[in-house]
Amino acid sequence: MTEYESAPIVTLTGVKKHFGPVRALDGVSLSIARGDCIGLVGHNGAGKSTLVNLINGGLQASEGDIAFDLGDTAMQAGVRSVFQELSLCPNLTMAENLRISHNALKGIHWRRQARREIRASLDEVFPNHGIDADTEVDTLSIAERQMVEIAIAFAPRGTSARLVILDEPTSALDAGIASQLIAHVKRFCAAGGAVVFISHMLGEIFEVANRVTVLKDGHIVAEHPTEDFTRQALVDAMGHVAADDPETAIVAHALGAEVVRTPQGLAARAGEIVGLSGLAGHGQAAALAQLFLSRSSAWRSGTSPDVVFVAGDRQRDGVLPLWSILQNISISVLRQGAKLGLVDTASEARVAADWKARIGIRTDDVQNPILSLSGGNQQKVLFARALASPAPIVVMDDPMRGVDIGTKQDVYAMLRAEAARGRTFLWYSTETEEACQCDRVFVFRNGAISAELTGADITEEKILEASFQMQTAS
Amino acid sequence: MNALSRYRILLPVVSLAVLLAATFWMQPRAMSYFGLNLLFNLAVPIALATIAQMMIIMVNDIDLSLGAFVSLVACITATYLLDTPALGLAMLVTLILGYAALGAMIHALELPAIVVTLGMSFVWGGLALFILPSPGGASPDWLRTLMTVKPPFAPMAVVASILIAILTHFLIIRSGIGTVLRGVGGNTRSVARAGWSVLKLKACAYGLAGFFGVLAGMALVGLTTSADANIALRYTLLSIAGVILGGGEFVGGKVSPVGAVIGALTLTLAASFLSFLRLSPDWQIGAQGAILILVLTARLIFSRKGGET
Amino acid sequence: MNLLSKPWIWSWSAAALTFVLTIGLTSGRGAGELAYAALSFGAFAAIVGLGQMLVITLGPGNVDLSIPATMTLAATLALKAMASMPGTALLGLMIALAVGLGAGLANYALIFLLRLPPIIATLAASLIYQSLAIWSNRGLRIKPPQELAEFATGRFLSIPNVAWVGLALAVVVWIVLERSVWGRWLLATGQNMRAARLAGVPIEFVRATTYLSVSVFAGLAGYLLASFSGGAALNMGAEYLLMSIAVVVIGGSSIAGGNSNVPGVWGASLFMFLVISMLNSYGAAAGAKNVLTGTIVIAIVIAASTRKGRI
Repeated sequence: MTEYESAPIVTLTGVKKHFGPVRALDGVSLSIARGDCIGLVGHNGAGKSTLVNLINGGLQASEGDIAFDLGDTAMQAGVRSVFQELSLCPNLTMAENLRISHNALKGIHWRRQARREIRASLDEVFPNHGIDADTEVDTLSIAERQMVEIAIAFAPRGTSARLVILDEPTSALDAGIASQLIAHVKRFCAAGGAVVFISHMLGEIFEVANRVTVLKDGHIVAEHPTEDFTRQALVDAMGHVAADDPETAIVAHALGAEVVRTPQGLAARAGEIVGLSGLAGHGQAAALAQLFLSRSSAWRSGTSPDVVFVAGDRQRDGVLPLWSILQNISISVLRQGAKLGLVDTASEARVAADWKARIGIRTDDVQNPILSLSGGNQQKVLFARALASPAPIVVMDDPMRGVDIGTKQDVYAMLRAEAARGRTFLWYSTETEEACQCDRVFVFRNGAISAELTGADITEEKILEASFQMQTAS
Repeated sequence: MNALSRYRILLPVVSLAVLLAATFWMQPRAMSYFGLNLLFNLAVPIALATIAQMMIIMVNDIDLSLGAFVSLVACITATYLLDTPALGLAMLVTLILGYAALGAMIHALELPAIVVTLGMSFVWGGLALFILPSPGGASPDWLRTLMTVKPPFAPMAVVASILIAILTHFLIIRSGIGTVLRGVGGNTRSVARAGWSVLKLKACAYGLAGFFGVLAGMALVGLTTSADANIALRYTLLSIAGVILGGGEFVGGKVSPVGAVIGALTLTLAASFLSFLRLSPDWQIGAQGAILILVLTARLIFSRKGGET
Repeated sequence: MNLLSKPWIWSWSAAALTFVLTIGLTSGRGAGELAYAALSFGAFAAIVGLGQMLVITLGPGNVDLSIPATMTLAATLALKAMASMPGTALLGLMIALAVGLGAGLANYALIFLLRLPPIIATLAASLIYQSLAIWSNRGLRIKPPQELAEFATGRFLSIPNVAWVGLALAVVVWIVLERSVWGRWLLATGQNMRAARLAGVPIEFVRATTYLSVSVFAGLAGYLLASFSGGAALNMGAEYLLMSIAVVVIGGSSIAGGNSNVPGVWGASLFMFLVISMLNSYGAAAGAKNVLTGTIVIAIVIAASTRKGRI
């Protein structure tokens, strides 16, 4: 790759970005050359998204300089991005979505050409994908949408893609598809393209990146060739006190009577932490939503709910954006202590203050708007909302999505303490490490339970085995 | 094409066919060139207004001023366009540009379209009163001739509706710009990220709405031969109903021009249908409401069945 | 909390300003009459506006287009039942409220059972209510009972009785929204219905009660308006469709839902009436009056949005 090193596609010098008083990026210099695959890591709020948006032209730098080798804009330089949130138009077909970002598609036959191009790109990145170019995007699964989005990013679109920024591209993909992507990224870089790969799965970073850049509080704190890092060194560089080994011993405790049993076979006993695992999008979230909806009512709300829900997709399922932190915490417990239908504001304030301290929500005042918090802290508010309620069953739909390791450790400890007091947790996680912390794990495949693992059987190997077993290798 | 998107156009077609069959069954004489012409007499302006509303709904807004706007156009057509065609034409072009500017303003200032168009309905209505304080005016001869032309095989209203449906289908569904405009309704941010100016696109959608609104007003005058300031006020609600009846949805850029035209035809027919039933005219308005509910119930049943399989 | 940050202050200031401008023309004469008329007519707009506000608070896509038809139907049936006989005022009220309740139930049934968008459901239903009103009215104009007409046009402590009714209703709605569990549920539902459901909010109960409330409010407004103006007319509700939405938005509630503003609705109701009477007293023609009203509505929305821009 040495022959490319003289030609950086983009060079950032002393770039700063301020949002009001918040310094999201505070002097970053970085150059990305052809053939580079940079692994970008850092906690929530370290400035990854800001950096990405500066490179792709979504934001303007407050200070410093961003230069491209071809043209003046990111678009002219062939910079493409795949964002964490899905950014296709759901009402259009795949081919029509390509048209949105592909101005060179013109004439009466643009549709035919668009179809050909998107098909070619999909075939190249994800062989055997089985997606039709004329399907409307909203009929696709989340994983398929993510695949389409990645394919559009790598598609020619008039100018060819030269630098592709992938922000957590594998979060919605299962292991097989993710490895196809990683293989494609390697091929793409070997052919002279460049990739910025952001992932919280350090294994992927080590596999795909030739250089790792660590961001912390708006600075680049470490930047070395991948082979110079160890997992431990990377975690240390991100500034984490947390232990590398997430497999903390499970404190054995007595379990109570069975409190959940669904027709599908999902079961849980009082005080148990039950994990739902398997490949992403195989029916876990639907099973949990169904469980929650069947055990709560859209017409009545009692003073003692049976089940509470912790959302992972905060924006869609959790946060009430106009409200304060306090109101967001208390919404599920309003009926407690209400007199004549009026809210007991004193007890509401008590609950919020109590949980702010217990779960460590970083804010001066619970009256601040919820949106003033970072994503991880918003997630803590959602945990507080659920745990503040006396409900004996807590349903969690991949709640650690986009949460940093520190918060995760806090929450793990809290879950264990609550379970010891007899609460039952049903926990869907896309990370196998988390499933390994549960008392019992149900592995899902194709919308059904394919294995129930307990005790010493809960290992990464067994979970993977159950998730993949019947599938042909792809 | 998958099953779902096919349903979206199938249902409006079936509901129109059922209503038409019921009409023919009760009044076989309607099954003729003349009968059809009578049944669908006012369909063309309603279809055009429905297409105009569809342009706005396509970009996730709603237009509560359309009826007043069509009335204003009708007033201008019956006065200025008749007496001083150049001035009249200039006024109509200005109105279209005004609509585009309105769309740009709604987007730039992030205003709620429902309220701005609500305010505009007063403005258009006021201007119409200003131009034509009492009912009157007359249709320009060429317009009258155009609207009453008798093409072979099928009456004017039917032929014109088919033409409108085909043209707008190519404009909105097949063409590149139409695709991008629908993209604005589907996911505005991704369209903006791809380098499009959403401001211009919204102005374009509103401009198109203005254009079809102008056509609706002119067509109306061509049929009624006179105008008044309140002539088309009910078009606001009719056009919204027509878009939804035609399989459109309020958000997400899911619209169908062919469906919208069919929706408009269905509503037109619903009003004429009652006179065949010899029901008291008190129920004419109610019948439109009932048919709207019936068709949407059918849509629900179909989509549920579609979801099960 | 500074006073200018309250969204309702704008509609009240605008109302006060138009009042002064109108009075300025007559150099102070007729201030009492103008205030009486503004409070009376404002009350009708405020009552339906409060209902519409609850619905709009439910979130995007929620709006009740059947208010005018419900008002007309409730008034028609109530006046028919009372048949101008003394001592029937209460019976009429009950009938008007029952019509409102029935219309609300029907609207919600369409929304819930047929999963119709509320705009379409209330639009379709209103066409039917309108037909029902036409059919039952048969062009007759029945006078309200004497004592009811006197109540509707009378005053207490120099404030019109209908304004007292509107004020009492506003206070109740305000307490419900600010302090009650139901109010919190409504506001949560309006911000994100899915998130509210998953947080345990009984969203269908909230939606049902909201759509019932708006129709009952419309029934009450129709009853009072018909009593005030000496009988029901088929077009009596027509102007309240746009009016009810306009006063909610001018009053500072968010059209996107989840945020409502009770005092603002009253301020906006007074303002809307005062603008018309101001233009009347300046001798504006009907067309000019409409154009100005529309422009003012849009100007206020623009002002409100640029002010909110910095949150």
